[in-house]
Amino acid sequence: MSTTKKFLYVNRRAPYGTIYAWESLEVVLIGAAFEQDVALAFVDDGVYQLVKGQDTAGIGMKNFSPTYSALGDYDINKIYVEKESLEARGLTLEDLHHLVWEDEDEDWAEKDSIKLVSSAELAEIMEQQEVVLSF
Amino acid sequence: MSMLHTVNKSPFEKESMKSCLRLSAEGSSILLIEDGIYAAMVDTTISDSVKEALKSKKIYALKEDVNARGVQNKLMDGIEQIDYAGFVNLVTQHDKVQSWV
Repeated sequence: MSTTKKFLYVNRRAPYGTIYAWESLEVVLIGAAFEQDVALAFVDDGVYQLVKGQDTAGIGMKNFSPTYSALGDYDINKIYVEKESLEARGLTLEDLHHLVWEDEDEDWAEKDSIKLVSSAELAEIMEQQEVVLSF
Repeated sequence: MSMLHTVNKSPFEKESMKSCLRLSAEGSSILLIEDGIYAAMVDTTISDSVKEALKSKKIYALKEDVNARGVQNKLMDGIEQIDYAGFVNLVTQHDKVQSWV
């Protein structure tokens, strides 16, 4: 018998400087493959992972940022970005990838996956989880 | 000859950039590489201190690391972007290198 739990992946590191961001993405996809209820939070330097326009040709590393756009196809549509972290870094939602998912209950209507939340709101979301994984 | 400082950590995760700004002499050069390039962005909580440092120090950012992170349109005026060859030139133009790892 399989059980579904609420999983939250907390991403706090910038991409490329360390392997955390990429490792998180790998584990997120594994969680989704096991049909868990997956949500992602991007806080602190983690918000840099979602910045659009990344071009890694010059540093000889794989650009894994297009993968975030595929998360909707894995039924991952709860992506929380902390407002305070974005603002401290001079970023807005406009600077991030536009992530969407298709709602099969509403004739596959395209909906935004990213929700901009305050610190207090994110604290509440974290409280509601059954499993929290940190990267 | 003056000193070249390199910073490779995010200013929001480590104290490296703060220490570098505090302990680098006027007239020295600071090269931002890897996650250090985030210190070169506009409108951040540390951009005022970087702007202040630009009055007496030269600050560079490694272009390849800037592009990898997608922030090429967000760098503040006065910070010069250089490539790997420019990095080598900077090293040869200074008599010492201090890496704020």
